[in-house]
Amino acid sequence: MPRDNCIIEVEGLYTRFGNHVVHENIGLCVQRGEVLTLVGGSGSGKTALMRQILGLDTPAEGTVRVFGEPLRNQNRQQIQNMRNRCGVLFQKGALFSALSVYDNIALPMRELRMLDEDMIRDLVMLKLEMVEIAPAHANKMPAELSGGMIKRIALARAMALDPELLFLDEPTAGLDPELSDGFVRLIKTMKSELTFTIVMATHDLDTLVALSDRVAVLADKRLVALGTLREVINTNHAFISNFFCGVRGRKTLRSNNSILNSIL
Amino acid sequence: MMPENQGSSSPLVLRRVTGAKGISCVVVEGNCTLAVIGERIQQIAAELSQLASEPELRWDLTQVAHMDDAGAVLLWRGWGGHQPRYLFVKPEHQRFFERLEEMPAPPPPVMRNRLWPITVLGKAVFLLWAHLVSLVILAGQLVLEIKYLAGRPSRIPWREISANLYRTGAQALGITALVGFLIGVVLSYLSSRQLQIFGADIFIVNILGLSVIREIGPVLAAILVAGRSGSSMTAQLGVMRVTEELDALTVMGIPHSLRLILPKVIALGLAMPLVVLWTSAVALIGGMVVAEIQLGLGHKFFLSRLPDVVAVSNLWLGLGKGIACGMAIALISCHFGLRIKSNTESLGAGTTNSVVTSITVVIIIDAIFAVVFADVGLR
Repeated sequence: MPRDNCIIEVEGLYTRFGNHVVHENIGLCVQRGEVLTLVGGSGSGKTALMRQILGLDTPAEGTVRVFGEPLRNQNRQQIQNMRNRCGVLFQKGALFSALSVYDNIALPMRELRMLDEDMIRDLVMLKLEMVEIAPAHANKMPAELSGGMIKRIALARAMALDPELLFLDEPTAGLDPELSDGFVRLIKTMKSELTFTIVMATHDLDTLVALSDRVAVLADKRLVALGTLREVINTNHAFISNFFCGVRGRKTLRSNNSILNSIL
Repeated sequence: MMPENQGSSSPLVLRRVTGAKGISCVVVEGNCTLAVIGERIQQIAAELSQLASEPELRWDLTQVAHMDDAGAVLLWRGWGGHQPRYLFVKPEHQRFFERLEEMPAPPPPVMRNRLWPITVLGKAVFLLWAHLVSLVILAGQLVLEIKYLAGRPSRIPWREISANLYRTGAQALGITALVGFLIGVVLSYLSSRQLQIFGADIFIVNILGLSVIREIGPVLAAILVAGRSGSSMTAQLGVMRVTEELDALTVMGIPHSLRLILPKVIALGLAMPLVVLWTSAVALIGGMVVAEIQLGLGHKFFLSRLPDVVAVSNLWLGLGKGIACGMAIALISCHFGLRIKSNTESLGAGTTNSVVTSITVVIIIDAIFAVVFADVGLR
């Protein structure tokens, strides 16, 4: 693969918490325009890796480059530019509880200090419509909303500046199957309308099968497989055969016959 | 710092061309995205609205490479909130304008009632009443818990009481000593200067003894503890509410009042008189040091004269204040902690209210003691 097509490059990354080693020599390249899913068991460090890519934590060793630039040693303006091009959907939404739904989505736009209030209003209403939230909810506070609505509004906020790179941390965790399907459909629709790269951490096989172009599997402190779903399933590793070919995995994959045939 | 590939950094350009039949057309080229438009947004908006004033103009958007919502909204607003009569656009970009056409109107902002001063005042009165009622309920609950524990001494939460005793008492010794010592020094210094004028040096013992033991020690300790332990109690209960730990306790059948609130109230009721004693002692030492330096009164003389001029009832009064203030602080802090709702705003406001109320109540308790015990310990 051409190196310059990498939107995120992780090289030789080690993570340690005290004496506990989480990651050993992880290398990863996320290509522009793809949906990459990070999977792994609990405690395998999916969230830790994601936080390091986002620059929320610093790895013990190794480098992370986003848009070809290292995360550290940059001036304020460069970091701000980089941040404006990324959107993050946190697991619990992380809506600002002091701000209404409208103000939550408008905040990143206002912080740009380039858009006037009329334009922000149109954009916020557009984003709300995109995530199928009725305008009547715009003046509500996050505390008054259900979990599914919080997720969708958080997605609208993550998409506020039309980012090139979108991070989804457990996008369907805590949603009922119907809402979760709706959420996956929503991301698929947005992906077809806008061009952006998605990095997603999930446990949910349905979400994984429906959205991912490539899958990265974290187990035994390493990246044990990286490739399309078919390639990953054919990798010989205990975690992968448990995760994808267990009872739950087979049930999910049955809906996608071509992949199932490749394992049988 | 724009991406280099796919030519997605080419700027947005509006070009006006006149075709063969004299038909004017605006060709939009480049990228119609927020990242590319950036600082030029005002300039492009002005250009657009100028061009849009000609309704017969044709708009050719087929040369646009990338478009996003912000770019679409910019064009849309330039056209005056509707599509121009002649618009040529790539099919994948057509959806942006379709969505904009279907966009619902924003909800009207909430109107402020003209009678707001009255409603605000009314709400404040009701809120005060609600606070009083739930404080009384909480205190009553604690009494019932004590009654329950009296029958089953094995259920007394000793561990929680001792943990709270350590946190609110032992860990407060440093700060109360520092503040107490400094106040003692200041008080002694200022008083001794005045007394020297009248040659009444010896009365420094009366002034310091009475004021520190009866008044300053207890009030100082109570205010410090209210700020220190009160705020932490409120925040702790508030965070437990936010993280649903309180609900987890309830579904396990462990009442909050028994395991969380009663230990705090009892522990602070026990710790406060001790902290008061400590603060008063250190403040007196501070005063004594200055009296020795400033007036040449030896500390042995100071200590031997102290019991003669300050009745021991003043000490009991100070300790009594400590018990009352300690229990009141714990009760109020827990009350505000339990009222916190599961959002960050409420957590901040609750903690502030808790500390402000505790300190106010400490002063009120002090005033009540002063009136009720006006005839005790003073000669």
